[in-house]
Amino acid sequence: MGDPTKTAHTTAEWDRIADSPEFQNLLAVKKVFIVPAFVFFLAYYFALSVLVGYAPHLMSIRVIGTVTVAYLFALSQFVVGWLIAWLYLKAAARFDAIADDILDKTRPGGSG
Amino acid sequence: MTLSLAVFAAFVLSTLAITYWAAKRSRGTSAYFAAGRRITAWQNGFAVAGDFMSAASFLGVVGLIALQGFDGFLYSVGGFIAYVTILLLIAEPLRNTGKYTIGDVLAYRLRPRPVRALTALTTLTTTLFYMIAQMVGAGALVGLLLAGAGVSYNMAVIGVGILMMTYVIFGGMLATTWVQIVKAMMLTACAVVLTLLVLGHFQFHVLDFFATASQVTYHRGGQLLVSDFLQAGLRYKPPHGPLDLISLGLIFVFGTAGLPHILVKFYTVPDARTARNSVVWAMVLIGSFYVMTSVLGLGAAVIVGPDYIVTHGGTNMSGILLARALGGEIFLALVSAVAFATILAVVAGLTISASTSFAHDFWINVVHHGKEIHSGETVLVARIAALFVGAVSILIAISLGPASNAGILATFGMAVAASANFPVLVLSIFWRRFNTAGAVAGLSVGLFSAIVLIVAGPNFMGIDPPNVAGSVHHLIQTQPWFPLENVGILSVPLGLLAAVVGTLLSKEPNAAAKFNELMVRANIGLGSEKASAH
Repeated sequence: MGDPTKTAHTTAEWDRIADSPEFQNLLAVKKVFIVPAFVFFLAYYFALSVLVGYAPHLMSIRVIGTVTVAYLFALSQFVVGWLIAWLYLKAAARFDAIADDILDKTRPGGSG
Repeated sequence: MTLSLAVFAAFVLSTLAITYWAAKRSRGTSAYFAAGRRITAWQNGFAVAGDFMSAASFLGVVGLIALQGFDGFLYSVGGFIAYVTILLLIAEPLRNTGKYTIGDVLAYRLRPRPVRALTALTTLTTTLFYMIAQMVGAGALVGLLLAGAGVSYNMAVIGVGILMMTYVIFGGMLATTWVQIVKAMMLTACAVVLTLLVLGHFQFHVLDFFATASQVTYHRGGQLLVSDFLQAGLRYKPPHGPLDLISLGLIFVFGTAGLPHILVKFYTVPDARTARNSVVWAMVLIGSFYVMTSVLGLGAAVIVGPDYIVTHGGTNMSGILLARALGGEIFLALVSAVAFATILAVVAGLTISASTSFAHDFWINVVHHGKEIHSGETVLVARIAALFVGAVSILIAISLGPASNAGILATFGMAVAASANFPVLVLSIFWRRFNTAGAVAGLSVGLFSAIVLIVAGPNFMGIDPPNVAGSVHHLIQTQPWFPLENVGILSVPLGLLAAVVGTLLSKEPNAAAKFNELMVRANIGLGSEKASAH
């Protein structure tokens, strides 16, 4: 369709890789990490907005000195964000290994 | 103020040197639009941070916290946490399937002309809102700081516009990236020093600092008030406050992942893995900076005080006034220069993403059906587009004037990105059934509903008492039809729904047939754009 992102691979090749058990395994492994991580992150983040909006008194309880639950909860969002990023980097190293195997097989002389 | 000018002049000279160096190195289309895809992970992390941390976050958020307490910090949380969406869902598939723009990802398996025409439109809309916010911010800052040196608001806006056009037109993405890297370093260093000065003011007894922040005193309507700035819900009060807050959250987590000027940065790295690592670098920088904004905002509230801020330049000047209170005139000059650098780096990023989308999506792929008639045409058209984008932004910023609210304009851009760009991008990458009709419906409804709801909301509509000052004057004198400032809670579901319904109402076997190709390419990077050999 005149799109410059076309590559030399044929439709049959793309379909064969897409249907291969290795690629299906890669998608499954990714899904197991990404879906729960994304759902958890959304729930944790919107919990802060909802609680600040609808339970300001609860969120204004002091925990350490004058520091409130709300402030600590907000700071914990940064920790959770960094934690998800760190866990994702570790998980992605596994995704990369599977992807490399699939890529090896597509090269001329590879076992695929 | 001459020191402020000197520091700023040093920054401008070094960025012009960067531009000269980049202009000599940049040859060819991928060099101009994507820095040859040779930017490393840490460099891109700094560049993304420099592209994203705008005047709204440095000046605006600190000001919100300084005047309204804890609730302002929620802007910081949202701005940071949005990068989890980019990391998990967007950065890698985008790098693997696209070339220069968001439109590339959609056009991969959908009919290119309609989707590219519409993404060019949503990109330009998002960018223009954002850009005007930055230019108004720059102009206001100069107006307040350099009025004594004879620099007016209009001169500042024109100056910023000319500099950003210079970086983009001559230096392309490579110059833009390095301007952003330098700015991110300056801004981070500045925030660290200011934070240490605030805590040092309390002999590093952090609990004493927070104890003071729980008893901020100020006057309102002639009365002395004492307020706990650590308390939640001071800004987002019923009846509409809580919903507005959730709506703001939606705009952040989905809008940032649909911002064209942020997403194009992931095309400047060699591969998806570098893109992933660069998001994590950006998260470290942006997160650390935004955590510090809470100390700076509360610091401005207790050290400078809301009364002084309101009478000495208002919300946006809080961070600057704090710098003066803690470090004297020298530090004030440094921080002001960093604030200008911040604005320049962001507007350069906005200009290049808008002109890339116009040249690559609209001119080459919509008007010329995907073929350059003359070699180098895309870059030439982009340079001309950058000139137009710059000129239009200057004119609008001048006609709006310094009184308009910069922070709110930026959230408009974010709302369009969240409602129009984000849903179709995600559906295109993850949903086999998705098709052109869905993309067209999603982009149009997302864009249209965001803009209509903004205009029908309390930012534009409201009945002012006769004695109200110009800056808070509403454009349309009637009760708002839509009660919320942030429209995401309605416009994001509308955009998504339209994309899904549009898809289900039509069949496009070609789009589904090419999904395997897109999926394989997105996940393992086979056939993705390579870095230029050097």
